[in-house]
Amino acid sequence: MEKNQEEILTLAIESSCDETSAAVLRGGREVLANIISTQIPVHQKFGGVVPEIASRKHIVNIMPVIDECIRTAGVSLKDIDQVAVTYGPGLVGALLVGVSAAKSLAFSLGVPLIGVNHLEGHIFANFLSTPKLEPPFMALVVSGGHTALVDVRGYNHFKMMGQTRDDAAGEAFDKIARVMGLPYPGGPRIDALAKEGNPLAIDFPQALTEKGNFEFSFSGLKSAVLNYINSEKMKGHELNKPDIAASFQHSVIEVLVGKAFQAVKEAGRDTLVLAGGVAANSGLESRLREEAAKRGVNFSYPSKILCTGQCRHDRLPRLLSGSGRPLQRPVSQCSAGAWS
Amino acid sequence: MFTCMTNSPDETGHLAELVGQKIREGTVLCLEGDLGAGKTLFVQSLARTLGVEGEVTSPTFNLMNVYEGICRIYHFDLYRLETEEELDDIGFYEYTEEPEGIVVIEWPDKFPESLPDDYIRVCITRTGETEDSRRFEFTSVGEKNQEFIKELESFVHSGH
Repeated sequence: MEKNQEEILTLAIESSCDETSAAVLRGGREVLANIISTQIPVHQKFGGVVPEIASRKHIVNIMPVIDECIRTAGVSLKDIDQVAVTYGPGLVGALLVGVSAAKSLAFSLGVPLIGVNHLEGHIFANFLSTPKLEPPFMALVVSGGHTALVDVRGYNHFKMMGQTRDDAAGEAFDKIARVMGLPYPGGPRIDALAKEGNPLAIDFPQALTEKGNFEFSFSGLKSAVLNYINSEKMKGHELNKPDIAASFQHSVIEVLVGKAFQAVKEAGRDTLVLAGGVAANSGLESRLREEAAKRGVNFSYPSKILCTGQCRHDRLPRLLSGSGRPLQRPVSQCSAGAWS
Repeated sequence: MFTCMTNSPDETGHLAELVGQKIREGTVLCLEGDLGAGKTLFVQSLARTLGVEGEVTSPTFNLMNVYEGICRIYHFDLYRLETEEELDDIGFYEYTEEPEGIVVIEWPDKFPESLPDDYIRVCITRTGETEDSRRFEFTSVGEKNQEFIKELESFVHSGH
């Protein structure tokens, strides 16, 4: 008997980088349980602390995380209608763990397996925080590992408008923070400091701003800030950290905002969605909100818990419309998906 | 050991291109240098020279990127790692002990004990002359690349 779409239970698994996590979703937009490896005391069972960055540690974590997730959701494995898993991009060894677990589960349960691109996961976190959100829309994904503009044409149809040529925005935040002596994670610290500083105090560069270019580059900005800090130190000047933070953040935000709304216009979209860890940056969120209001564009962004700490992959596994695609290729070849 | 200077990102790119023309499969290249020294830029140009067409970006977050060119290039970034145990976790030694293709490692100096016996060390420093001027020092660590370093030196100096 076909289940009602809204009742479909999805088990979603993610192991693309630091953390192993699993979630159970009902109807694609309601999270029944979301378990992240660091939340449960796996190391008590195995002895020793489980470090975060660990493809092999995913092997240790994966089954306890799935078991705990199923238990917390108050369902049993045989209730699961489909299994979803992040297939990339990410560390191949880490991804393989999640994909293998998902494949075996789907096979033994006799249910479909759906491969989810990691960037889709970031974007789809918005479906949980904005239940009425429907494609098409433009998505700006900004995280520690990615900076991209994605035209979401349908639940399963994406067009990459452009991405970073070198450093991701979140990475630039973290590296600048470290040079300024701010503790990890650096992004939120810079965001907080920036509120006290003058964003126009130092003229840091904005790269690739020519019209119609949707690629990003933050490496030059990173170098410019480092050069500025070095030269101030050489001159024996005390660093004005709030001004540096505000001016650096201003350069990043202006580029992101400018390109995002250009992409909205070019693709003829009426909605812009912000996704990824840097979505938690209040300066970015408020500038996008302000600009969206001015231009009459709808704006959605995930609640902070769904985009979580700077430079940490999105922790919320994801799912979606119920219509998925089969995942039969080996992980290393799964990079294109339904992307165009 | 030999050194050379570059005065702009373009010149750094050109130097990497020359290295790319000479480098052999099975080589491990360790790139040392501060943030913003030009390590990722060097790898980008090296990868282009080796026929990589897609994006070559900083692997700081992903820890390792793999590119397909005329041979495979494994691009590691150890910046974010904190303990040697984590190298094991990401399968680092599987790539560096008997390297296939070309292995490039950024921030190798974080784990000097964990590097393979043979590698080429490229140390990038700011000379301070201008914001963009850099000094590149190429050293062969271990026996394997001694000849290659000499070859590379004459090639770079004749084409630079």
